[in-house]
Amino acid sequence: MLNSMLKEKRSAEIEQILAKYPPERKRSAVMPLLYLVQEEYGYCTDDGMREVAEICGIDPTEVKSVAGFYSMYRKHAAGKYVIEVCDDLPCVLRGADKFIDYAEQKLGIKAGETTQDGKITLTTVMCLAACDRAPMCQVNLNYHYDLTPEKFDQLVDELKKRDE
Amino acid sequence: MTTPMDKHVLLRDEDVQDIRELAVYQANEGYAGWKKAVTSMKGEEVIGVVKDSGLRGRGGAGFPAGLKWSFIPKDINPKYVTVNCDESEPGTFKDHQLIRNNPHQVIEGTALCCYAIGAHVAYIYCRGEFKEPVQNLQKAIDDAYAAGLLGKNLFGTDYSLDVYVHLGAGAYICGEESALIESLEGKIGQPRLKPPFPAVSGLYNKPTVINNVETLANVPGIVLNGSAWYRQWGTEKSPGVKIFSVSGHVKKPDNYELPLGKYSIQDLLEMAGGSSTGLPIKAVLPAGSSSPIIPAVNFHAKLDYESMGTIGSVLGSCSWIFMDESVDMVWAARKMIRFFKHESCGKCTPCREGTHWALKLYDKMLSGEATMADVDMITTVNKQISGKCFCPLGEFSTSSMTFTLKHFRKDYEDFIAQGKGGSAAYRRELERDHHMHELHGQAKAHS
Repeated sequence: MLNSMLKEKRSAEIEQILAKYPPERKRSAVMPLLYLVQEEYGYCTDDGMREVAEICGIDPTEVKSVAGFYSMYRKHAAGKYVIEVCDDLPCVLRGADKFIDYAEQKLGIKAGETTQDGKITLTTVMCLAACDRAPMCQVNLNYHYDLTPEKFDQLVDELKKRDE
Repeated sequence: MTTPMDKHVLLRDEDVQDIRELAVYQANEGYAGWKKAVTSMKGEEVIGVVKDSGLRGRGGAGFPAGLKWSFIPKDINPKYVTVNCDESEPGTFKDHQLIRNNPHQVIEGTALCCYAIGAHVAYIYCRGEFKEPVQNLQKAIDDAYAAGLLGKNLFGTDYSLDVYVHLGAGAYICGEESALIESLEGKIGQPRLKPPFPAVSGLYNKPTVINNVETLANVPGIVLNGSAWYRQWGTEKSPGVKIFSVSGHVKKPDNYELPLGKYSIQDLLEMAGGSSTGLPIKAVLPAGSSSPIIPAVNFHAKLDYESMGTIGSVLGSCSWIFMDESVDMVWAARKMIRFFKHESCGKCTPCREGTHWALKLYDKMLSGEATMADVDMITTVNKQISGKCFCPLGEFSTSSMTFTLKHFRKDYEDFIAQGKGGSAAYRRELERDHHMHELHGQAKAHS
């Protein structure tokens, strides 16, 4: 039986998304709908992608190819908080590499990994368009600028507290 | 040297507090150009004044905006405007500031472009990582609707306009206009064959104008005040003002809005406080990873489209990454190649495979296993990419190799001769990248 969790839980948002595009161009909604899938399931699950395909009237394979192409669609579960540190050229010129060394040490994991409690994933990413405020990162896509070890300690403490 | 614009045209959030709010924006001539156009001008007249202003595309290519708009055929409907806010070039952060802090000016410019060409729908395509600043943009759009500045029958006329935000999901290639359109249609972001150009067959195969955020943010002032007003800044061929994103080894990295053609690279460096490390500046990338690097000896060049050409570089997107004497150009080139290898969309073999092999060669350099034969091989791989790709981004990937070798070949020779590869720092960098690469697709959020 076809899963329809997205339709049941997010129907108003689905309608809002579809309304942005011409009725005969529902495929344009694939990307915003995949974000909904990710919010609901934590990553782009097969069920979720099948549902997007049904809503857009296209083949599930086509949805999978879109999810596979764009780097922000997760193919597996990540930590509750995803810390993404830019380590592109401008950021490293301002010390991003040493900052990542510190972050790895603080969290006890390497970039690309998730803490054992499943709370925090640390990754390096390509340019995030905030080179003037490096070292910088995003935590679940919210910007954090001018990072220092002290600021990172505060940030991690705050993330841990949020769950208590 | 202090910032020379006492009143900004674009970065108006630096002059006017809370200009992101509709009431404040309107109290500062906001939407006056929009009202003037819809109530008293024809679309062709709007195109005319933008043409006369000489405004050139600020995304990188520098194509005259008014001319682009004039290519839209009148008799094919519907038409679309798509705004390129996929800002992903390393070193570029100007559109970020505009949508976050001065979003109404972006919306007004977008609306004016729509009115000029007779479009009734616009999509502002923002990179997915802009989810946070997009909240400001979306609020501004919602407020504009509520105030009757967007929507149906604007200012009592029969002209209606809808503006939507569409979020990308992490793909540099979508800054290429035809890839952006593909992405907006719900497909993977790979460039289309041109012609036909988007002006004839763009979004949903309909006539489409694609402009960068900064380009459109110039338009409200031009429509309200006229082309002569805009031409008070800049040169004959490079009129107006431009935002310079300055990063790297400078004391005050930031966005600087300057009249084109007035200041030199050296002036820009001084405005940004000079070297932050005490070491002299060795070189600058004027348009991020995709641009020909400029050695310090050429810092006398003026900041405009023509002057940058005379020193063998480009104005491009104006993302100025300054690097001091400590920066080894072999390392810097590897960083840039890593970016392009990661971001290659995979459509063309020369770019997809070429960047892969180029990165392998640079990794070999950093690991300390390379010889001068590998430097020659870099040149060979580079030649196999250059001129053989479908879209400009493939070509961009070669700049870091071509121009670091051209201007800093000694860095490569010293790197080999002095055995600089294999240092602890380089080994750690390679390990980190390889570890991330191995985990790609496992615990990956996005990379």
